[in-house]
Order: sequence, then structure tokens, then C-alpha cells
Amino acid sequence: MNDILGDRKAIAVLLGPALLVYSVAMLLPVLWSLGYTLFSGNAIIGFTYVGADNFVKLANDPAVRQALWFTVKYAAVVTVGQILLGYLLALLYVFVLKNGSSVIRTLVFFPVVLPTVAVALLFQKMFQIAPQEGLVNSLLGAVGIGAVDWFGTAGTSFAVIVLMDLWRSMGFYAVLLYTGLLDIPEELLEAGRLDGATGLTLIWRIVLPLSLPVLLSSLIFSINGTLKVFDTIVALTGGGPGNATTPLTLYMYQTSFNYGEYGYGSTIALLLTVLCLLVTVFVFRSSRRDLTEA
Amino acid sequence: MSAVLAPERSVRPVPPPAPVRRSRGFLRRLPVRALIAVILVIEVYPLVWLLLSSFKTRREFVEEPFWSLPSSLAWGNYAEAWTTGNIGLYLRNSVLAVAPSLALIIVLGVAAGFALEVLVWKGRGTVLLIFLAGIMVPGQMILLPLFSAYFQLGLTGSLWPLIITYTATGLPLTVFMMATYFRAIPREVFEAAAIDGATVLRAFVSIGFPMVRNAVFTVALVQFFFIWNDLLIALTFTNSTELRTVQVGLLNFNGQFGATDYGPLFAAICMNVFGLLAIYLVLNKRIMAGLAGGAVKG
Repeated sequence: MNDILGDRKAIAVLLGPALLVYSVAMLLPVLWSLGYTLFSGNAIIGFTYVGADNFVKLANDPAVRQALWFTVKYAAVVTVGQILLGYLLALLYVFVLKNGSSVIRTLVFFPVVLPTVAVALLFQKMFQIAPQEGLVNSLLGAVGIGAVDWFGTAGTSFAVIVLMDLWRSMGFYAVLLYTGLLDIPEELLEAGRLDGATGLTLIWRIVLPLSLPVLLSSLIFSINGTLKVFDTIVALTGGGPGNATTPLTLYMYQTSFNYGEYGYGSTIALLLTVLCLLVTVFVFRSSRRDLTEA
Repeated sequence: MSAVLAPERSVRPVPPPAPVRRSRGFLRRLPVRALIAVILVIEVYPLVWLLLSSFKTRREFVEEPFWSLPSSLAWGNYAEAWTTGNIGLYLRNSVLAVAPSLALIIVLGVAAGFALEVLVWKGRGTVLLIFLAGIMVPGQMILLPLFSAYFQLGLTGSLWPLIITYTATGLPLTVFMMATYFRAIPREVFEAAAIDGATVLRAFVSIGFPMVRNAVFTVALVQFFFIWNDLLIALTFTNSTELRTVQVGLLNFNGQFGATDYGPLFAAICMNVFGLLAIYLVLNKRIMAGLAGGAVKG
């Protein structure tokens, strides 16, 4: 029977096309991109071999340091925010609203499916100061605080970016963590209640430890997504003011397509890939250790 | 055990008088209701404001406060966005790029998932891992070689670069999700088919595919949202106005109109947002489950 389910011709027919497209348009370019790191130039003017020059440049480039710092700061703040708000919403769904949570769960999830560009333009207009005061500044004016030039300074731009991404994605993490919370056996909660645990104690001592695995996977998903942030920044601030909100992804894009430096662009892309890989492995391993100790 | 149960047993169910309970219940639920109201306002109000603003005339934007209601339904903004703003063209490009990509992703991805999960051969674990690795790779890592390749092949200036790139980047997640769904089908089903004389291809077309039809639809929805909302790939490979997808068009729209002329910009955003809202209203359960299942993509 395994002869039939192991028919080589059939395997080739079913798997072949997908593997071919994936190899040619994904695996090969990754390797090719690794090769680019040793060259300078671009597709139009041609390439010259420069050895490790790009890596030396990478190590000494203040713009890279700035972009790396922004990427890490953004990923840390947004990941913590997403998981925290998502978890609070999930607790609200499961323990307060119970079976009536369906409508609000659906509503809060909705922004997840929206194009980032559309949401970013909406937020840009909401927080705008000139030539016209946006919604937020009008409200601030109405309560007597006065308008703030949100996109004028690095700090306030960062705040708007974080606010927008949390608005967009908290519903997603809420649903992800909600399904995790539903998996907690009712008997365990009941046992906790019989032993006198209520409210916060119940959540802190029983629900939280039991939802660690789903929190961990959410953490990995979130970090992986936030390290690659691109759309939000391009559409909301364009990396400005100056390059204060430029993450590695955008810096790579500008280097490659505005300045035509494919080699250096690939080197930055490699740094980004390694960063994603390291963080995932680190989170995964450190959590493994914790779980076995507990 | 008895010590734990004792207080429970001693509590007698004495219901308090009804009116008192009702008012206490209302007060007790008040904070929760207020919290829900706040959450709803935060999530929904920006979208309502977006819709209202899309109907405002230029004069209303200048003279009225930002939260005021439009005096009439000015469809002129929509007309302007559609014609001068080229939104019609951008929508057509998006559909022309997304539809073939989606079809290719599904056909290739489902077949590959079947071959990797149901069929028995040496090395399938490794191949599945190779596909999995693709989920983590940032788009920036493949843009430059692809750009050079499309340039050399003379494909720049068409939608082919988008279709090829979307298909390749969509495959890892699709293969991974489909393999998971095929794993849930008992192997005996396919073994029975083999005993009854079905070839592998027949078993896939007549049994495997129909059994995961629902899952295929869910995966297609997930991929639709990823591709439709993509900016990075579309921005890289569309070098002229005629090729722009909706998202790239919207980004440029902002520079073209946005600084002074909000009406058409809001109308353009609205067409994008409320089109997706229509899909979401019908299919929200499936979309939520599908996107949560595809969360590995980050």
C-alpha cells in the first residue's frame, strides 16, 4: 500500500510545481541576496566585488545603529502592548462577558483585516496639525490643552505609531489568547474556586500559569511581525521627522532603491533576518527552560 | 476534601428580594458596561469619522470643526477619487494581481500539502521544514535579487513580478496550514482508496481535496488579506502609475491630493475599508479563525 501512497511520479506532479516556484522565487533569491553582500552597485549599472566592505560599513554606520535601535524599541513596546491589551481583552471576553462576547470580539477584531496604508492615512489625518487641525488636536483644543504637532518630534511620532498599531492589532491578539483561555479545563478553575481563589488571585495563580504556552507563541508571532514593520511607518511618518522613526526595513529600502546600493541594502536585510532568527530562538529556548523548571 | 466542601454545603440559597438584586446587579455591571462602551468608541469611532468625512465638501473641512457632520451626502468626493484619483484603475490592477496569485497559491499549496503530509516518502520532513523556514524570512531579503531578475527578463512593466512574488511568498504558510489540515484526516481513508484501486492523483482530486474544501476556503481568505493589503512588494515592483495597486495608489494619492483636498482622499480610503468590511460582515467567523491559525506569519 505504501507503494501506492509513495508513487514517485505522483509526488513529483503534486509537489514539483510548488517546490519549483518556492525555490526559484524565494530560496534562490535568499542565497543570491547573501552573495550581493560582497558586492557594490545595482542591477542597472552592474556590480563590483568589494569583499567585506559592506560589513565594515554596517558596523560603523550611525544610521544603522539608529535604525536598529528604533526597530528594537518599536518591537519591544508594541509587542508588550499587543500582548498585554490582547490578554486583558481575552480575560474580559472569557470571564466577564462569557457567552455574550461574540459581537464585541468581532468588532474589535475588524481593524486587523484593514490595509495598513488606509489605517495609517486615517491616523495621519486624525493627528494632523497643519494646514488643518485633525480630530485629536481639535479635541485637545476644545478641552483647552492646545494643539500638539504630533509628527514634529521623534517622541510624539513614536507615540502615534504605537497607538495606531495597538489599535489595529489588539483585537487579533485578543482572539488568539481567547482561544487559548478557552482551552483551560473548567475543572481546574472550579477547583481553584472551591479552594477559595477569586477574581485576581484566580487569574494570577491559575489562569496566567496555564496560559503561558499560548502567551509564548503570541510573543513569538508578535516579535516576528513587529521587527519587520514597514507599511505602518512608510504610510504614517515616512520615517521622519528626519530619520527618527526609520526602522531597518525602511532604511534597507531607501538604501537599495533611492541610492541604488544593492550590496549594502542586502547587508542590512541580512542583519534584519539574523535579528528575527536570533530573537525567535532566544525566546523559544529561554521559555523551554522555564517550563521544565516549573 | 470535606473541609473544602463544608462551607459550600452550609451556604443556603436564599435569594435576596428581587428589586434590590436588580439595582445591585445594575450597579455591579456598570463598570463593565462603561468599559465596553469605551472599547467600542475607540474601535468604531475613527471609522465612523472616516465615513462622515468622505462626504464633506472642501468648504466644510475648512470652516467646520473636524467632528461636525457633513451637511449633505456629497458623492462628488467619490467621483473625483474614482476618475481624477485613478482609484478605478488601481482597483483593477489589484484584482488582476491578486486573483491569479491566489489561484496559484491554492492549487500549488494544497497539492504540496497533500504530497508532504499524506504521501509516504523519504525526506518529506526536511522539505516541510524548508517551506516552514520561508515563513520567517523578511521580504527585504528577496526583493533585490528578484528586482534584478525581473529586470533582466524584461518583466518590469507588467503585473507578472507581483504575481510571481506573491505566489512564492504565499506558499510557505499555505503549505504549512494545508499539511496541518491533512494531518487531521485519518490515514485509513486514503489507504482504503488505494485498496479500491485509486491512483494517488485520483485520491487527491476525488477524496483529499473535497475533504479539506472548507480549510482551503479559509486559507484562501487569509492569503487574500495578506496579498490585498501588501505594500512592500507592490511598492517595489510597480514602477508606473498604470501598474499601481490600491495600496500603492493610496500612498501616492496622499501626496497628490491629501495635503489640501481631504474629501477625495477620505473617499478613496473609504472604498478600500468598507469593501473589506462587506466581506468581513459575511465571513467574520471564518476570517478570525483563519487569521489566528495563520498567526505564525507575524
